[in-house]
Amino acid sequence: MIELTSSRDNPLIDPVLAIWSWEIPLYLFVGGVVAGMMVLAGLAMLRVAKGEDSRNFFSLQTPLLAFMLLNVGMGALLLDLTHKLYVWRIYTTFQVTSPMSWGSWVLIIVYAVLLVSALIRLPEAWPWLGQRVPKLQQLSDAIVGHPGRMSALGWTNIVLGVAIGIYTGILLNTMVARPLWNSAILGPLFLFSGLSSGAAMMHLMSVALPGRRPAPQGMIGGAIAAMIQPLGPQPPEKKTVDSLIRADVFFLVIELVLLGLLLANLLMSSASHIEAAALITSGPYAMHFWGIVVVVGVLVPIVLQGLELSHRIPHTIVPALLVLVGGYTLRWVMVNAGQASAIVQATALP
Amino acid sequence: MPRFGMVIDTRKCVGCMDCVVACATENDVPEGFCRDWITTETRGDYPILAMEIRSERCNHCDNPPCVSCCPTGASHVEEFGKTVQVTANRCIGCKACIASCPYDARFVHPKGYIDKCTFCDHRTKEGLDPACVSVCPTHCMHFGDLDDPKSKVSDLLRTRKYHTIMPEAGTKPRVFFLI
Repeated sequence: MIELTSSRDNPLIDPVLAIWSWEIPLYLFVGGVVAGMMVLAGLAMLRVAKGEDSRNFFSLQTPLLAFMLLNVGMGALLLDLTHKLYVWRIYTTFQVTSPMSWGSWVLIIVYAVLLVSALIRLPEAWPWLGQRVPKLQQLSDAIVGHPGRMSALGWTNIVLGVAIGIYTGILLNTMVARPLWNSAILGPLFLFSGLSSGAAMMHLMSVALPGRRPAPQGMIGGAIAAMIQPLGPQPPEKKTVDSLIRADVFFLVIELVLLGLLLANLLMSSASHIEAAALITSGPYAMHFWGIVVVVGVLVPIVLQGLELSHRIPHTIVPALLVLVGGYTLRWVMVNAGQASAIVQATALP
Repeated sequence: MPRFGMVIDTRKCVGCMDCVVACATENDVPEGFCRDWITTETRGDYPILAMEIRSERCNHCDNPPCVSCCPTGASHVEEFGKTVQVTANRCIGCKACIASCPYDARFVHPKGYIDKCTFCDHRTKEGLDPACVSVCPTHCMHFGDLDDPKSKVSDLLRTRKYHTIMPEAGTKPRVFFLI
């Protein structure tokens, strides 16, 4: 028998680490969605560069949405910080061993690229501004009119999207003290979960936001239309939505494989990792993991979207909603169960 | 430059918590928090039991994960004493250091920055022992330069059996417990 008692009772630390609540899972989720949207927008931009204009919908409309979503994620991150007034300190230094430092600097580049990617459609989306700031129109023409530049912007979006997607997983991965996070598979897992969530978000937006009447031309109305009606006057073509659903199914299948690899990785490792895995496979987070992440967030959307693609059931937004719920829950489970996991001390083993 | 470490004789420690009170008083640790604490480990089956009482705190590791994950450099290794310190006005309160510490030695100070044991660096710079060491009624705590072969701590580690907490984490802790 081994009995340990401690006089320590620090808030948020004891009895179980609980320093991160909903903000960090939301930040990681939104970061993943933005990463997925950047990759998909980048791929669409490459098509535009080749002259396939039908992809305009995704290439030119998505970055503004991603830009707005990223602000939501950064807002959540700011809410989580406990010494908020000093947040600027992160940009006074670069710490080469800190994933958070890398991520913060990469996010600056992501913001800039998303802004440029969004600006090139703004004169069209918000004519009032386009007419008054001719430079915007010139910027738009200078990029959209040149396949080489459009292609470069597309590749930049893809590379940065992959980087941010992997970063959201690696951020947790480097914490040596929490065995549940000690698998580099978290990087690609969060990337592919982000890709599927990004595709789902675009699918959802393409249904929810296409303009059904001409966009207002004025200053205020035009601005609002550019924000909440960012998908252009025409809904996307059916084959475009179908290709999005097909991509989503592909991402979800890869995500499922990576979830299996993560569990294999942990369950075939040390006592600490086996106990950590038990938190999500049979412990207090098992219901969320199997029920919401795996079944509701991955398996059901794969089946529903497969049936949609083979025309057995009508297209709905249900699978996209489920993918988003599963995507957030994956981060929520990993962040919370990860905090509950701890190194099993060699001396505590029989 | 010295490389400070702490050696605690578990055969003498009675768990009186003087070290905890001295730390809270010396460092104005806010109520409800502690930078050091007492862990009691009981092993065996009744009536054959063995008990080890330990005064625990930040281990000021040689390989501190809290320093390598800090995005601002607020968590850093101080040149003097090679101790791990937090600069409050560089800390953004992201809590990555708390998550990365296997010893759960850090906490969020009510003012927002991350706080923990400093090995009383304001005292050691003056040549004094940390407050916890200086008040210990059983003299079970020793503090000194691990790189100096003539220091008391080096001598104890050379002549006595000891263990550290969770060396398997790879952090190379510098608080040693004599057994």
